[in-house]
Amino acid sequence: MTTVDNTRPAPRASRWISLAVTAVLLVGLLVFFVLPVIWLLLAPTKTAADLVNTGPLSFGSLHNVGRAWHNLTSFQDGILFVWLKNSAIYSVGSLVLTLATSVPAGYALALTKFRGRRLLLTVTLLVMIMPSAALVLPLFLELNRFGLIGTAWSIILPFSFFPFGVYLVYIYYATSLPTEMLEAARIDGAGEWRTFVSIALPLAKPVIALVAFFSFVGNWNNFFLPYLVLPSTKQFPIQVGLNQLLSSTPSFNPVAGAGLNITSPELALSIIIAILPVLVVFLFSQRALVSGMLAGATKG
Amino acid sequence: MTEVGLRGSFSAPVAGVARRRSRRRAGSAGYFFVAGYAILLVAFGIVPTLYAFYLAFTNEKGQFTGLNQFVKVVQDYRFAPAFLHVGVYLVLWLAILMVLTVTVAIILRGRLRPGLSAALRFLYYIPGALAGVASVLVWLFMLDPSVSPAAGLLRLFGFESFAQVLGPANLPVIFVLIAFWTGAGGWIVVMYGALNNIPDDVLEAARIDGAGAWKTARYIQIPMIGKWIAYMAILAFAGGTQLFIEPQMLQTASLGRLDPAWSPNQLAYVLAFRYGDFNGAAAVSLILLVLGLICAGLLVRRSGLFKVDSE
Repeated sequence: MTTVDNTRPAPRASRWISLAVTAVLLVGLLVFFVLPVIWLLLAPTKTAADLVNTGPLSFGSLHNVGRAWHNLTSFQDGILFVWLKNSAIYSVGSLVLTLATSVPAGYALALTKFRGRRLLLTVTLLVMIMPSAALVLPLFLELNRFGLIGTAWSIILPFSFFPFGVYLVYIYYATSLPTEMLEAARIDGAGEWRTFVSIALPLAKPVIALVAFFSFVGNWNNFFLPYLVLPSTKQFPIQVGLNQLLSSTPSFNPVAGAGLNITSPELALSIIIAILPVLVVFLFSQRALVSGMLAGATKG
Repeated sequence: MTEVGLRGSFSAPVAGVARRRSRRRAGSAGYFFVAGYAILLVAFGIVPTLYAFYLAFTNEKGQFTGLNQFVKVVQDYRFAPAFLHVGVYLVLWLAILMVLTVTVAIILRGRLRPGLSAALRFLYYIPGALAGVASVLVWLFMLDPSVSPAAGLLRLFGFESFAQVLGPANLPVIFVLIAFWTGAGGWIVVMYGALNNIPDDVLEAARIDGAGAWKTARYIQIPMIGKWIAYMAILAFAGGTQLFIEPQMLQTASLGRLDPAWSPNQLAYVLAFRYGDFNGAAAVSLILLVLGLICAGLLVRRSGLFKVDSE
């Protein structure tokens, strides 16, 4: 990465080399990031045999997509739809609870005073930065102790605990809500609750969208906790369902998968279906991601 | 912040009254607003941590056993290899992540037309939507020479079959590939955003002083986004110690040929689910939890990136 707009022009040869290195790096990364996505989108248009025998980036036929769809949806009497429905319930249920708890909490941390405020904020920060996977096994042990294993609540309630959301709301209110507006409302005799509902809440739309984005994506993609606490196939969210499909595929498991119609194209199609909601959210929210990550942590 | 804002905008006596009133009322209102979140924090953050502590220091009969559980798991034949595996992975992952994301962000910031730069950032970041199970499944195909679009490359490295690719020595590299594929694009976008915050006149001054792109990057841009690089490194490190889905799914796909306790989190899983040894599992989890907490504490206290007080 040497110079281009150097005031002392570099010798022509080295400038070309630098340009070439840059181009190779950028194009190489582009191929690395995009090629698997293109392959994934093309895979369901082919048969399992085509995938091996024809060019990896060739298009098969729409007929094959229909066949893969049929095989996939008839797997265990359409359990795919049950998994998707479960994912929707877990993700949206926790999202609602997350918003209902994190918006008032972030507001109070930013704009009111109470004993323990600093402590609560520090603990929130620590838990937010700590990888969420670190808490999963302890959570399982706790839920197991209280006999909550295998219920929808054992997913929705832990998911709805979302310290990152509280921090985002806190930062938003602390930096962009003019306190004069709140004081004016208070002087006019509005109670704390009315001040919050009539002044603070309507201004929170951008940050609510941000919290909703991170919460939904995180919930939808979560695998570890449901993998541990849900014993029944019928309760799986789609992510755990994909894992189940993987172990039923003759492509990877010739013994267990024998006689099943779930082959590579079906598996690829199931991946596309599973990520579709998140992909749609992603396509429209690059800005949200940046502002969120610059405001605080996201967890891997 | 409340008080500062007030003093700036009201005449003194009004401000005094308003401040006293707001503070008095806020006292109980604050608790009311944080109550829901605080309950979740206690139930799903603090209680599980305390319960893991309790389990790690007792045996299955609930008797206090001091550090015995820790001694037991540390001496387990799978413990050291699991941490070693993740250690190798972390070194590779952090090195590649830091060098490539920062380099690419600087190139995208400085040398490309804005439209092209925006398009590339967007395309790099798309695989982030496949984080988790989906990314592992995609890479199972990418690493299978019989279907992979990069089959030629795999054969070039001497891999003729999927089984060969899944050799134990290759696992850290495979996990780095997956992590980079889903995570690096987002970080490039973040680094680019951080670079954008460097004022133009600083870069202009450097240019007038005769600094080329390389010197500008080395002496101005990288130091000025240093805390974001540290932030990325610590988060990537903390996340990396928790590796679970990737090795677990590869283990499934390899028909059980791979080590089921490849990573520490998998070891905790095996202890809990295969042996019913919840106390041992809690001890392993607690070690990981403390690692995560140390990283978090480091970031909060040292980086200056997080505001604990708004005044």
